[in-house]
Parts: sequence; C-alpha cells; structure tokens
Amino acid sequence: MNVPKLVKMANQIAAFFEGEPEPAAVLEGIASHLCRFWDPRMRRELLAAVDAGTADGLRPSVHDSLRAHRVRVAPRNGDKQLTEPDIPMAATGH
Amino acid sequence: MYSVKEPDSGTPLRVHPDSVRLEIDGVSVEVPKGTSVMRAAVEAGVRVPKLCATDSLEAFGSCRLCVVQIDGRRGFPASCTTLVEPGMKVHTQSPAIAKLRRNTMELYISDHPLDCLTCPANGNCELQEMAGVVGLREVRYGYEGDNHLKAEKDESNPYFTFDPTKCIVCSRCVRACEEVQGTFALTVEGRGFGSKIAAGAGNFLSSECVSCGACVQACPTATLMEKSVIDAGQPDHSVVTTCAYCGVGCSFRAEMQGNEVVRMVPNKDGHANHGHSCVKGRFAWGYASHPDRLKLPMIRAKITDPWRSVSWEEAFAYAAGEIKRIQATYGRGSVGGITSSRCTNEETFLVQKLVRAAFGNNNVDTCARVCHSPTGYGLKTTLGESAGTQQFDSVMKADCIVVIGANPPEAHPVFASQMKRRLRQGARLIIIDPRATALVRSAHVEADYHLPLRPGTNVALINAIAHVVVTEGLAREDYIHQRCDVAEYEKWKAFVSLDRNSPEATEAVTGVPAADVRGAARLYGSAGNGAIYYGLGVTEHSQGSTMVMGIANLAMATGNIGRDGVGVNPLRGQNNVQGACDMGSFPHELPGYRHVSDGAVRGLFEGVWGVTLDPEPGLRIPNMFDAAHDGSFRALYVQGEDIVQSDPDTQHVTAAMEAMECVIVQDLFLNETAKYAHVFFPGSSFLEKDGTFTNAERRISRVRKVMPPLTGLADWEITVRFAQALGYSMHYDHPSQIMAEIASLTPTFTGVSYDKIDQLGSVQWPCNDAAPNGTPVMHIDRFIRGKGRFVVTEYVPTEERTSRRFPLLLTTGRILSQYNVGAQTRRTANVTWHDEDVLELHPHDAEQRGIQAGDRVRVESRQGDTTLHVEITERMQPGVVYTTFHHPESGANVVTTENSDWATNCPEYKVTAVQVSLAEAPSTWQRRFGEIEAVQAALVPAPGAK
Repeated sequence: MNVPKLVKMANQIAAFFEGEPEPAAVLEGIASHLCRFWDPRMRRELLAAVDAGTADGLRPSVHDSLRAHRVRVAPRNGDKQLTEPDIPMAATGH
Repeated sequence: MYSVKEPDSGTPLRVHPDSVRLEIDGVSVEVPKGTSVMRAAVEAGVRVPKLCATDSLEAFGSCRLCVVQIDGRRGFPASCTTLVEPGMKVHTQSPAIAKLRRNTMELYISDHPLDCLTCPANGNCELQEMAGVVGLREVRYGYEGDNHLKAEKDESNPYFTFDPTKCIVCSRCVRACEEVQGTFALTVEGRGFGSKIAAGAGNFLSSECVSCGACVQACPTATLMEKSVIDAGQPDHSVVTTCAYCGVGCSFRAEMQGNEVVRMVPNKDGHANHGHSCVKGRFAWGYASHPDRLKLPMIRAKITDPWRSVSWEEAFAYAAGEIKRIQATYGRGSVGGITSSRCTNEETFLVQKLVRAAFGNNNVDTCARVCHSPTGYGLKTTLGESAGTQQFDSVMKADCIVVIGANPPEAHPVFASQMKRRLRQGARLIIIDPRATALVRSAHVEADYHLPLRPGTNVALINAIAHVVVTEGLAREDYIHQRCDVAEYEKWKAFVSLDRNSPEATEAVTGVPAADVRGAARLYGSAGNGAIYYGLGVTEHSQGSTMVMGIANLAMATGNIGRDGVGVNPLRGQNNVQGACDMGSFPHELPGYRHVSDGAVRGLFEGVWGVTLDPEPGLRIPNMFDAAHDGSFRALYVQGEDIVQSDPDTQHVTAAMEAMECVIVQDLFLNETAKYAHVFFPGSSFLEKDGTFTNAERRISRVRKVMPPLTGLADWEITVRFAQALGYSMHYDHPSQIMAEIASLTPTFTGVSYDKIDQLGSVQWPCNDAAPNGTPVMHIDRFIRGKGRFVVTEYVPTEERTSRRFPLLLTTGRILSQYNVGAQTRRTANVTWHDEDVLELHPHDAEQRGIQAGDRVRVESRQGDTTLHVEITERMQPGVVYTTFHHPESGANVVTTENSDWATNCPEYKVTAVQVSLAEAPSTWQRRFGEIEAVQAALVPAPGAK
C-alpha cells in the first residue's frame, strides 16, 4: 500500500478525533477507528512504516495512539491475509 | 389514464375528525367532512358521470357532466365541487339530469373526431365511455361548423404526443402539472370556443415541461398519449413493481402485452409516490431491451484479447478457477467483490455472502461507498441507526424545510413534487448549496434563505447555525435533557458556542453573510417542525461524516427528531442505496450494520452459512484500488456497478484495473469497467427478476418479474451458480427464500417477508415483533442507541485548495433526465434533453477567460484534464464551476481527486480545484478513451457468433 496515502488518511482521522477535549479519548478514537475500518494490511503497513521511521508527516497524535494501542491495532491474523492461500471451510451453506 | 383500470373516486380523499351523513339516490352514506358529493356517491356505490374530475386532482367543475339535483336547492350543482352537508338528499339520475348530460356530451362530440376505431385510446377513453353512459345517439349540430379538427399535432416530446383535435379542454393536464408535479408548464390559452391547452409559447419539448407524465396520466382522451401505446396498442395486463432509478422508489404498474412492456404507469397506491412519476421511471425503460444488451457470458485471458462467448457453465468454471488460482498464489485476501445499489436486496445479500463465505474474507463493498457511506457512519454514531428518520409523507407536516447539498427537482423529482406541494401550502424553505438550484426560485416556490456557501465549508456553516441556536436560546433543553447524553451535549454546546464558530467568524470561510446564517438558524430553530433533507453535497467531502453528525447534532438540539414533520433525511441517489447498506455490503459490517469483530454476531452467521468468518474488516473500494496497485489485490467480482466511470481519479482506477488478473463484471451492458474485465456475466434488468428494493425512507417494496430474463438467469441465480462453482453451496428456489434468510439473521428485518409486503403493499424497517407493520418514523420515544449522542464537529478545511494555477472550484452533480453513469438513460430518448455533459460557469468567470456559451474548454486539475462545452449561467457563484458525469467520454472523473472522507473514504467529488481555459480539441485522455472504446468494441463477438 502507498504509505504517504496511509499517512494522509491516518492524519485525517486524527484531525477529527483531536476535537475531543480529553487526550485519552483522542488516542482511543484514532485506534478504535483504525481497528474498525482499516483492512489488516493497511494497519500492518502503517505500523511497519512507523517502526521503520518512514511514516513522514504522521501527526503526533497518531504516533501516540499507535504506541498506546499497538496490540489492538496490530492485525490479529498476522500475515494470514497475504500468505495463506485459503481457509478451511465447510461447503454446506444455504 | 390507466389502461388496466383502477377505481377513480373523482375527487381526492378528505381526512377530517368529523363525519357527515347524507343520502344519495336513497342510499345513506357517512363520509368525512369536506368530502365532495361525487366522492360520497362513489362510497354509496353510485358512479356519477364525469370528465374533468379525477381523484388525483382538486375538483374544478368545468365539464358539467356530473350535475346532480339536491332536495331544497335550485338548479343542477356539479357534484365534484359541491361538498356534503348533514341530511343532504342527492339525486344523481332524473330525466332532466339525463337531458342536460346528453346535451353537454353532444357539444363535446360535435368538435371531436369520430375516429374511435383507429384511435389509440379506443376502449380506454373516458369521453367514449361517457358518451355511452349518457346515451348519446346523435349530434344535432353536424360537424361542419367551426371546430378544432385540423389543429396540428405536437409530437415534439419523444415519449408522448399532444393531439389538440381530441382535446376537450377539461384542464386535467394543466391541473396535474400544477397540483401533482408543481411545474406550471401548461396553461389554457384563449377563452370560450378559442380556448386551448398550451405548453408555453412553443411546443412541449421547448417548454418548461419536465416530461413527468402527470398530464398524460390525467388526460381522459387520446389527446395526451404515450407513443408506446400508439405503436403497440392497449396493454392487456399489468404487474405492480418498483422503479429501478432513484432512491424515491416509486411504485409502478408495468402494463404489458404478453412479455412486452407497453408502458410504465405510476401506481396510485404506491406509498412513496402516490401515483406520481418522473421522466425516468415513467418513460426511460427502453434500455432493458436495447440492442446493446449482451445476452451470452463471455471470457478472455487478457483484456487485450477478443471476448469469447461461452456457456454459463464454462463462464462459472473459468471465473471460479481464476479466483481459486489467485487466492492460492497471492492469499485469501487478494480477491473481493462489489455489490450494487442498483441490484435488489436479495442479490446484494448474496454477493456479500459469497465474498464472506466463499472467498473467505470481508473484501466486499458497495457503490454507497462513493455516495452515502458517511450517512451510515454519521447517523449510526449520533442516533444509533444508519438510516433516515422519516417517511416521505412526513414533509407534509414540516413547517420549515432545510435542503442541504441536494437538488430534489433534478435527482429525486417525485419527492420534490411533494415537497413543493408543502411549500405552496406555506412551509418555509432554507437552501444550503453553492449553486442556485431550482428550488431557490421556481414557480410558486421561493426560498426564504439561500446560503450559497463555498464548496468544502459545510461543517463551518453547520457549526455557525448551531452557534446561533445555542447562544440565542433556541436549543430545546427539555428535549435534550430527556433524550440525549447530557455530558456529550454540554461538551458540544461549549464547542459550538466558541466565537470562532459564530456566523461572523465563519463568514470569511463559507462566504455566506452572517446575517443570512443568523436568519436561517432562527427560522429553523424556532419552527414548530423543522425537517432537514440532504444529499451528496453533504457526504461527498473530506468531512462528509462530520457534516452528517453536524446535521444530527442540530436536529437533536432543536428537538426535531422523533415525530412527523421533522427529522434528518438523507436523499439516496440510487434506488437501493439504503438496501445495499442494510444487506451487509460494507467490509466492516454484516447485515443489519453489525461489526464483523462481534463474535456473537459472526457466530449467528457462521451457524447458518456453515463457514468460519473473518473477524477483520476488509478493503473498501478505494483501498481495493490501492491494494491492486501494490499487488496484494488481484481479482474483483463487480455486480451492477461501473467503477471505472463513477469513481474519482479515473486514471488511478484504470491503472488498478489493469493490474488485476481477473475482473468479473456482471452487468446489462459492456460498461467502462467491462473494458478491463476478463469475465462478463450478462445481467438482468429489474423487469426480469423478483426481489425487493429499499428506498430512502427505509421502505421495502417488491420488484416483480414481468418477463423472463433475456439471458436465461436472473442476477441472484448468477451469484448462486458462481458460488457453487467455487465449491460453496447455496440453495434457493426463489428470492423470497433469500429474504427469509435475511429476516432470520437481521433483527430489524425479522418481520419482513414477501407475504407481509404483498399484504401491506410495502413496509418500512425496522419490522419485527416490536413493530410488526414497520416503522414510518424512527426514534419516537428514544433514540435507537439509547441517548442521542452529540459529537464535536471541528471544521477541518479540505486539502484541496485553490491556487493561482487552479483558481476555480469544480463541483459535480446530476440532472433530471440522466441517471448516474447514464448506462440506462443514455440508451433511451432521454438523451433528447441531455446528450453531453457540459460545464456550468458564472458569466464573470467566463468573461475573464474570453469564453462564450457553447465553447469547448479545457478543465484542468492537479489530477488530470478533460474538455467540455460550456453553459454560462448565474446559477453558479463566481469561482465555482459545475458538471455532471453521465457520459463516459466527458471524463469528469479524470479531473476529480482521490481525496476522501476521513471516516469512510467516500470520495470528495464536490471539491476539486481547477482552471478553465479555451480548448480547440478533445483532451489527450479523451482521444485515448476513444481509441480504447474502438478497440474494445471490436473485441466483442458479433451477435450469434461464438
């Protein structure tokens, strides 16, 4: 994914939640939004860019949110989306 | 006039708490006060002859055929204009009445052609019928005197003719245009014998007529007649179904001869439209049988290869094989699907089910992504449900109507007619729009306030309005304290009260004079019932979701949610936007707006679908394109959506399409997206399948099959067969079984079934044990989320800015005669009114650039450029230009940017910085478009070829 675009999107999310008066709510709002609406590969690549120091221009509130809520934001399935060819499924739908 | 006749009570229904008992022809009858004698007679089982009366129009009393005698009264009053009184004794038949009626008919017929056998209304003409009813046997005056029998027929309108030789000047057409449509395009010109119906100074086509068909519907003779009926003859049966165009969701009767549609007639019993229609639903259905329809599945390995027509079996096997190959190579998340707001609930449900259960991921999205996804987010967050709060009829109780970023006369015309009716009754009107849309000033409608804000400043303006409401004591503290989260309210109140949110402070940003903002805020804030209607001018912004929440904040603060006449009402662009969202088309939500991370909800679906579901949200449409660019997304199944034409930043989209290894398109036509496809599943039109649509007021209506699918399979069957080819078994014999599954899995739909819809005509969700007959108005006693939640809505300017190089702001929209990407309407005679997209430009901006009306201009943004012809109009404010996106060669989306709403990624179509300059030839992109068009057309097999 295009990291500058991910940074721009994350910054937009941050700009909204920064309207919250309580700092903890800002960080929670950003993290929660990323978890609820971003596909795991987007979150993974944003985190990777942050770790690599290449997330240029990322707002401090996003950095803070990712630090505070790293476990939640990190995709639960690891790299499954990209590497596992299929998932077991019962072909018994309706 | 209906070919397949419906009862006509002559005058409109009256609702009154008091009733009146009277006697008609010896029969005692009780009717509401204010009812006409004519309608009371129908209640008593007596049909009084009539010509100028029909129950969709107010009584007029001109034809004198409905005369009656009333005990104690002199003369022969017209029963249509005479209101019932207690104890009245009415006689509808007597020798004197019969003589009068015959004499009247004799005069009519003396100036009417006697060509009944060859007349297109033969057998369905009220004049013919009444001549029989009154026993007319001769015309004593002869036919040689002055008459209108040589008057010229007006055939200018592509869909209907006006034959003045058959006109009896009953004024039903004129009154329909006024009362039903609200356009006032027709008039009676002249007096006495010389009086005639006129459409402005010229013909129908050059007049103000919007071709809604209300006049044709009202005409009792063949004077106004559909050309399709003239060509085909009278229909022999009809089927009630739902229009497949905009989000109003009008009910229609498809009037048929065998499997051929003769005409579409708006259904008088339709709950959304009450017998009215627009030019699209009424007339623009010919695309369904257009020669461009593809009827055989096709496949190809590369998009540069010729298409090969194959059997359904081969197409499904090939598509499934490609999906499996790609998943095996690149991972489970490398494929996805897009559902369409043009498809039925059942079809949409199946596509998202296929993606989640057979693809094994949540990479499913819908075209609502690019229109009303911010509505889903904003209303869910504040009110607790991702839907509008009212039914359309609620507008008839509104005292102040606020229209924000919407243009109902163009985009939701039938609802606009209802709204205008309320405005003519005296409701006040506030328009918030960069353009002076038709509602700002039109026949008998004038906005109290037009706030022509700069594109991109919605949130600043809504905050300013809220500032006035809060600081001038217009907030309904009692309502708020009873129904809303007070702590959140106090936080919001403190925020909007800040000086920086005052109208005076925001004037420099919005461009709207502070005094007008204050005036509008006071008007809405102090109205008894304030109702807000909004469209894509709200949602398609980088702060689209914020603005939706700002609107909800304002409505809650003024106590304008939870009863008739008020509310927050998103006007949905396409017919099934609401339904597509309800059906779980978003990548983060299962049907019923429940997040995929909710294990209990997933468990419910897993139990029925027999699979393990992914707990992570999938890719949204713009994310799919980005992932295609980086190689992690390789295959896409698109049902009924033309993403290449409709999505922003066309060149980014087409590069993404070219990067994919398998694109499967299911559509009626080889649309722009199909040029990048490897598999084509030929789809079916709304006339060829059963299902349901859910309109903007959450109303679920039946779509009924009136003819077999031209391709052999309805769209829902295609998805079922595709799933089976993938190894995931779906078993349905009929879409009603799909709805039964939806109802079993979705709390707001548990009471919905085809039987229920057939019984009630339509039903608005939530429909469940708590509301077995549906829910016209939501949030009546409490908000769905419990306490209404105020959200702080800080204004954040868009990153798209004007500059010396790009000094103008482009905003986009639509027009009445065309629909979305135009795939349907461009294949009808609606191109008569709009055969190309044009750029609207203010005279000042045109003069500065030496541009004249009709010139070709180059429209250039940071993203790309295209050329359009110019219309110079004061509808635009200086500095803002406008165009539509109905024609692919226009390339409107070559210019738009990839900026999007912060919460939902809904594209910011409404704000693009551009420069406009004279151009001599089409743009490079347009030339390339033409080349691709020609190449791709040559790759399609000729009809009948294999």
